[in-house]
This record gives sequence, structure tokens and C-alpha cells, in this order.
Amino acid sequence: MKEINELNLPDDLRYAEDHEWARSEKNNIRVGIDDYAQDQLGDIVYVDLPQKGDKFSKGEEFGTVESVKAVSELFIPVGGEVIEINKNLEDIPELVNNSPYDEGWMILIKPDDPAELNALMDRDAYLEMLKGQ
Amino acid sequence: MRYLPHTKEEINAMLQTVGVDTLEDLFSTIPSSCCCRMGLNLPEPLTEWELNAHMDTLTAKMAVSPEYKVFMGAGSYEHYTPVAATYLLSRSEFVTSYTPYQPEMSQGTLQAIYEYQTLASRLMGMEVATASHYDGSTALAEALLMAIRITRKKRVAVSKLIHPLHRRVVQTYFDPTGYEVIELPYLENGKTDLAMLEELEGLAAVAVQSPNFFGCVEDLKSVGEKSHAGGSLFIVSFTEALAYGLLKNPGSQGADIVCGEGQSLGLPRSFGGPGLGVLGSLTKYMRNLPGRLIGRTQDKEGKDGFVLTLATREQHIRREKATSNICTNNSHCALSAAVYMASLGGTGFRELSQLNHDKAEYLKNELAKAGFVIPFDSPTFNEFVVKFPGGFAAKYNGLLDKKIVAGLPVETYYPELKDHYLLCATETMSKEDMDELVREVLK
Amino acid sequence: MIETIATSGLILNEPLLWEKGRKGRSGFSLPRRDVETSPMDPALTGEGPDFPDLSEVDVVRHYTRLSTWNFGVDTGMYPLGSCTMKYNPKTNERQASLPGFSRSHPLLPEKLSQGALELMFKLERYLAEITGMEAVSLQPAAGAHGELAGMLLIHAYHKGKGSQRSKIIIPDTAHGTNPASAALCGYRPVPVNSNENGILSAETIAAVMDEETAGIMVTNPNTLGLFEENIKEIAEVVHAKDGLIYCDGANMNAVMGIVDMMEIGIDVLHLNLHKTFSTPHGGGGPGSGPVCVNKTLEPFLPIPRIVSENGHYALSEDFPQSIGKLDTFHGHFGVMVKAYSYIMSMGAEGLKKASQLAVLNANYIKEKLKGVFHLPYDRPCMHECVFTDKNQAANKITTLEMAKRLMDYGFHPPTVYFPLVVQGAIMIEPTETESKEDIDRFIDALQHIAQEAKENPQILKEAPNRCKVKRLDETAAARKPCLAG
Repeated sequence: MKEINELNLPDDLRYAEDHEWARSEKNNIRVGIDDYAQDQLGDIVYVDLPQKGDKFSKGEEFGTVESVKAVSELFIPVGGEVIEINKNLEDIPELVNNSPYDEGWMILIKPDDPAELNALMDRDAYLEMLKGQ
Repeated sequence: MRYLPHTKEEINAMLQTVGVDTLEDLFSTIPSSCCCRMGLNLPEPLTEWELNAHMDTLTAKMAVSPEYKVFMGAGSYEHYTPVAATYLLSRSEFVTSYTPYQPEMSQGTLQAIYEYQTLASRLMGMEVATASHYDGSTALAEALLMAIRITRKKRVAVSKLIHPLHRRVVQTYFDPTGYEVIELPYLENGKTDLAMLEELEGLAAVAVQSPNFFGCVEDLKSVGEKSHAGGSLFIVSFTEALAYGLLKNPGSQGADIVCGEGQSLGLPRSFGGPGLGVLGSLTKYMRNLPGRLIGRTQDKEGKDGFVLTLATREQHIRREKATSNICTNNSHCALSAAVYMASLGGTGFRELSQLNHDKAEYLKNELAKAGFVIPFDSPTFNEFVVKFPGGFAAKYNGLLDKKIVAGLPVETYYPELKDHYLLCATETMSKEDMDELVREVLK
Repeated sequence: MIETIATSGLILNEPLLWEKGRKGRSGFSLPRRDVETSPMDPALTGEGPDFPDLSEVDVVRHYTRLSTWNFGVDTGMYPLGSCTMKYNPKTNERQASLPGFSRSHPLLPEKLSQGALELMFKLERYLAEITGMEAVSLQPAAGAHGELAGMLLIHAYHKGKGSQRSKIIIPDTAHGTNPASAALCGYRPVPVNSNENGILSAETIAAVMDEETAGIMVTNPNTLGLFEENIKEIAEVVHAKDGLIYCDGANMNAVMGIVDMMEIGIDVLHLNLHKTFSTPHGGGGPGSGPVCVNKTLEPFLPIPRIVSENGHYALSEDFPQSIGKLDTFHGHFGVMVKAYSYIMSMGAEGLKKASQLAVLNANYIKEKLKGVFHLPYDRPCMHECVFTDKNQAANKITTLEMAKRLMDYGFHPPTVYFPLVVQGAIMIEPTETESKEDIDRFIDALQHIAQEAKENPQILKEAPNRCKVKRLDETAAARKPCLAG
């Protein structure tokens, strides 16, 4: 497993306590899990995502991600409606391991309250949290 | 005691290592208020000789073939198991191993159950089958719960011609859940009445058994179409797997999930258990399946091998959110079924299936010729219902003394069907046995 | 490497069943046809299943070769914690296969099945005596099914009192089947932690026990191999709020003839006949999981129940409060015969001795290995002991690698990574049927493996080397499942 200083945590993202990331894209927000989460889980074998049109409020479970011997719940960092899901993960779940911030994204949401994004941690705050764990 | 290898000297040496004086001292962490019993009140231990004699006495009080002619099926069927199969199944590498959690040391069980999953899928016309469940009734309960998980609907429709004891188990499983089970009545021809389906809404699944409890073959295609039209899954259950040697398999008729009792695939009746819960589905529902699954993969040198897979569905990982609580299943029974199916082969399975049908048809025709009523005119496989004249119960009891069990009184489970008996004839019944039955019931 | 019982032998390959055979072969002797063929309606007739056609020799070689890739109790020591892999006496197999039992139809009239009913009736009595409980149902088909039965009984009890409850307390050391079984009854598990001694404190339970909680599921001895010393106090706390105590009896092998389960406050307990009572595991089943209850829960037991009057045994459904049926017929009768045969062979003294020696063997291993492996709870254990891989962490060697290496020495690995409360757990349950010299050999092997972890860690990472296959790619198996050929 990676040491904290080996983690790839881009500056332009916001991070949630449960290790999801969120990126503002025009009026929408793209969501995935970060390098720390994918590294902890190990080889990801299945990602269970919601359907287009499903609505969640902040902090609700929107899916699960599975490795061979573990299941982790995914919590939505910003409430809203799912407008797109990453269909590629159905056949190539390892994208989450290999490219957590690009090809391994999970859902695109139309936020109810875009300000919720600001309540998430920036890179430095998130790193601090990880060090404290 | 011959299973306990320790000599006195060894016990003393080991106690010394542990740092206590006596065997009793090993239990010092148990508070005295929880300990210790003053000896159990059990019979004196028997020698192997005495045990054999004792068991022989008990078994002498049982009515079994060939001394008795038991024309009773109803979910437990007498079929011949090849001696080679019994012999292979007693190999202790299969018998004395545990669940194959360490795949490198369990490839025998793993390949054998993977092959079982394959043969069971082919038999049912499904794309996947689980490694096994306890019996047909728990497989049905799990199949219905699975349909509820998939569709997120909270009620199911179940044919009244599904084995009554299977339905009772479903009721036990469903009682605390709040899910609703609606029973579909039956028609005069011995098939399920589907009229209610038009009105019922929000059904997770429609389940029928074929051949059903009366032995009649259901019109699966039309049940399937009606279930799907109403947006519910179509579940087919069975108690006599051999029927699919002759009949169209449920998958080809539109079933989404198939479940049933696999006892007739080479398992002894053994007073009702252990049997074999068979459960399969289409691949798209694979992640909702309850119970173990074995998958094919490769080792790090590229050699083919098998492992338990999709374990994240199971209780040891997902705990209260698992697709089932099952852990120990009926693995050795699945192995028995696989060995049996392999011994018969596709050709043998069909021939044996045809023979079962022909034996039962012979008996049915002979009884009809003798003037007894065959109340349901739908095609049957190896069992069927006969209506005997009023007051047949006394004759039935009399026949028991003549070592003939003339079927199962249907009234036990369907009080409206007085004097109806469910009779079964498999390949183990000779023409002579059946002729004798007809002669006796005529007397 | 030391001289071990494992050697590299001749391992034959064997294809999949359907890669063998030729259309038209047969391994089955069909009975002579003495009736005419009667055609089935073609609209109903299918093609028949696509099974390979094989000769008897094909089938015999196939399964014989497969069997040689397996490891069973008969092959060698199988110290799988929590699974009680004791020797499976062969005489039990003889008894269960007697035609009077194996050919008997479950719905035969009672007067034609007295032998089976008598055996079941007596087995219920004996299990009640061994556990100290008052009534038994043999219907549950396995341990998890027994747990479900227990939960249904508790559910029925509260329902009978007119107030259903929504929660159940489950300790962090529990088997995963516990929460899964509780969930089937709609209970939400309330997790509680064990204390610094690896057992439950009455205070912890008191803090969460309320009138919304149906009861508690405890495993005693627990999965750390420790006796729950506070069980009586815990039972009082739970009973005070009209909750019930369910005991997972998976570890009963430690305390036969020693602990009276009813005396310590248990209301319902399940047994695993395939653990404690020596019936074989069969590669994962069939098992049998009887539930034993006190008088409070007896009215709710599954039906039919076996009753006896003047030496005649009968099946009775006359128990209106019963939870109903749990399987089609009477449960796994064939397994019950073997457990009965075991009890009859062992007798009271034999069973107690079995528990004593099981506990002796586990404590002996614990003492011998505690300098080598980290022992998180250094206290007298029951029938199993739990180590961790902490001492080997410096060499980046994990429990998994040591477990795999043990195969090269000719032993089945212990249970690993369970219970979850111990990181990198190595859970060893030798059982009473292992002799001192086999146990010494096992200890020797583990000591050598610990040495190898320091000196040659690579050899552990590559293990096992002597099995049919090397480590398998479980990730690929789960990503692209191939479940049928």
C-alpha cells in the first residue's frame, strides 16, 4: 500500500471524508473515489452504480465498489440528480484503480446546491485528515 | 476410545507444557457458577459390534424396497444409483474436506462443483447455477427473496400446485419479512389457474412447479408470458429433475430463475434428507444469487484452475446485507448429482427419463382400464393422481400389511380432494409390481 | 526445509467432463424395458440436456483424479479454526447407508418408519442432555439454518407477547452468518465490542440493551477461543428487559459435559452436527444444525415434532405457536444418523474426554508457538487459539503467505483473517483427534515457516509449490466471472 506522500491527489479537486472526490464541470459535478481509496481497496472487481435520474442528498449511499474480499459503500459528496454514469466501469472496473480521476470517474451529477462543493476538503485539508487517521 | 489418540504419558507431558496439573484445570477460566456438570446421562458407549446390531434393529423397523413396493413420490423419488457412483462418492478426499476456501488444496471439489454448476445450468436451461442449497424448499424461498431484491416489489404469486411442503417453508421464511405470498388456485385439468394474474399488480415473481405436485406438466410458456407482461420475474420450480430429460427445460420457456429439489439425481431418499437445493438464473441476475459460486480462472503460471468467486454477495463479507445467510451448503450432494448426470450422459438421461414416463403411463392406463378415475387429464411424467372409490383408506391400510404403499393420500394437503392418491412409478418398478398393485386395489 | 510429510508426487491432469467422452457412450445400466414406449406430447418434448456421454471408466477415472487434488481430514491435519475438523468415524458412514435408512421415504406412514423416528427422538433427547437444554428440533439443515431457526423463535416469542422488536445485539467477534440470519427476520444488528480480554462485559451490553432489542447473539466459547466468563451477568441484563439469549454453538466441542448451556442463561442454542458430532463436511456440506431451547421457547419449535407414547413414535403438528417448517421433510436425516452413531460410540465419558483433549491440544499449541507468533490474548484458551502476523510484519510477511506455505509442509492452513477484530488473525483449532506427534510436526512446520519469513521471505510469497496449482487469480475470476462451461 502507498505511503501518504506517494498518493496522487490533484489540486483542482475537492475531497470527502469517505474518500470520494468531486470536480466542478460547468454546472455539473463529476464524482469518483480517490487514489487513497482505490489503493486501500486493492484490485477493484465490480462497481455498482445508480441509474440515470436517481436523486440523492448529500451523504447518501449511491453505490458500492467491490474488491475480491471487501465491499465499500459510496457516499455522494454533493446532493443532486445523477445525469450520467460511467458505463465503462461495468466491463472494466479496473479503470478505478488505473485512472481514478479520469477514465475511472463514476457519476456526473446536477447539484441541488452547488455550494455544497465548497464544504468539502481541499487537497491540504484532506491530507491532514489522512495523516490524522 | 479409538478416535482419541492420546496416551496417559502424552497427556501428562502436554499438561506440563501448558502449566496445569489435570485436564480439569484447563477449564479454570470458566466461572464455577457456569461449571461443571456432574456427568451426562447418556447410554453406555457401544462397541462397533454392538452399534451395528443396534442400528440393524432400528433399520428393521423401516419399510423399504425391495421388501416393500412404495408407489410414493411427492418430492422424494426412488431411482437406481450406479454402484460406480456410490463408490466414487465415498472417496474420503471428497467426504472429509471442508468448504474450498484454500483453492490450491481443493481443486478436486472446485472443479467437480464447477462441472456440477455447468450440468445443472444445462439441465434447467439457465446460464448460471449456484453451488447448492439445502433442499428444494429453501431454494424456492431463496429464489422468491431474490426476485424481491431484483424487482424491489414486495409480493409474489405462487401456484397452489407447488409442493405443499415447499410452500410451507416459503411461508416460514416470509412470515417475519412482511412480504406477501399470494396463492394461485388450480384448474380442473390439474394445471395452475392463471386468471388471477390479470388483476394482481406489483408482483416480484410468479412461481409455478412443473411437473407440478399432481404430476401434471404446466404450460410454462404461457405462464412466462403472463408473468413478464405484468412486469414480474418468472420462476419455475421442480421436484423431479429427471423430467427434463424428456420435457422442454424451463429456460427455453422463458424462466428467469429456476429452482428445485435435486434428490432424484442419484441421491438416496434417506428419509427426506440431505437432498439438494438446485438454483439457477440468467447471467444478468448473477450478482443477486444467494449462496456459493465457483468460477474458472488461471494460476500465476497460466494453468487453469477454479476458485470460489463473487464472494462479496455472501454473509462472511457483506454480513447483514448479504444475499443470503447460507454458509455450509449441500456440496457433497451436488457432487453426487454431478457424478450421476455424468454417468447417465445426455443419451442415458433421455432414455431413463422416457422409461420413467412409460412406466407411469403403463400404471395410469392399467388403473384407468380397471375403472379408476384419473381426475386430471393433463400430461404427466412419472407420477399422477388417481381417484379411488370412497372409503379407500381402509384398503390403503390393508395394503400396507401386504407391503404395498399405494401412493400418498392427497387429501392430507388438499382437503377438497377426498380419496385422491398421488402415485409414482419410476424405472425401479417392474411391470409385475404394477400389475400386482392394480390387482390388489381391485380386490 | 525440514523433513515433512508432504512430498512432490505424481499429479495427473484431467480435462473438464464435457471435454471427454463420445456421443453414444454410457456409464449407466438401464433396467430392462418391460413396458411399451408411450410417446409424450411433442409440444412438450425438448431435446434433453446437453450432457457429455461417458463410459463408466471415463467417469471413474475423472472423479478419482479430481479427488487426488483435494485435502481432507483423512489426508492430514486440518486445523481450521471454528470448523472443528475432527476425524469422521467410518462406522458412521456404514450406519447412514443401511438400506433401511437410505431407501426410506420421508412421508411413509408412521408405523412403517418407526426406526427413523426412534433415532430422531433419541438424538433430540441426547442433544438436550449434552447441552443442558430442554427441547430440540433437528430440522435446521446447517449452522446458518439453525441460526435462522433461533432468530425465528425469538421473533415468534416477541410476536406472541404482542410487541415486535427491531434490533439484536451482535458482538464484533461473531460469524458473518449471525448478522445475515438476524437480517432475514428484519432485525437490525447492533454491534458491540469485546473488552481488552477478548470477551464481552456486562456493562457494554447493558449500555445498548433496551426494550426495542430482541436479544443478543453470542458465541460461547467465542471465536477467539475464549470462554465468555460474564455470560451469566449478560444474560441477566438482557433478560431484565425481556430480551433473549441466542448462543451460536459452533464451538460446543470445547465444553461437552462441562458447561450446562441453560444454567448459564441461554434460551436458544444451535449445534453443528458436522463440527462437534463428527459428521463429515463433504467439501462444504451437507451439515445439520439442530436448535436446542428452554421451556420458554419450546412452543415455537418447528413442526412436525416427534412425540412418543407407549414406545410408539409419531409426528405431531399440534403445536399452534410453531414457527412452521424449515425444510421440506425432517432435515438432514442422513447426517443425524452419523451424529447419533457418534454419540452412541462415545458415551458420556467419551464426549467429555473429547472436549478436554480438544482444549488440551489447543493450549499446547498456544504455549509452544506463543514466542514465535504474536498472541493477542495471552490467556488460557478453549478449543482454539488465535495468533497474528505482527511479529512477521518486519519482513513484510503476512498471514496469507504463512498459510499458503503451510501447504508445502503437508498441512491444511488454519482459518485466516477471522475473527475480524484481530488484524491478520491465524486461528488454529487442532481438535481432539490429532495425536501429540502430529501436533508436534505441525508446530515444527510453523516454527520453520517463521524462520523462513526472516531468512527467505521470497519462498513464502511464492508458496504453495507442491499443490496441483499455484496461487490463483481471484481478481480475474471476479471481474469476468466464468461460472459454467
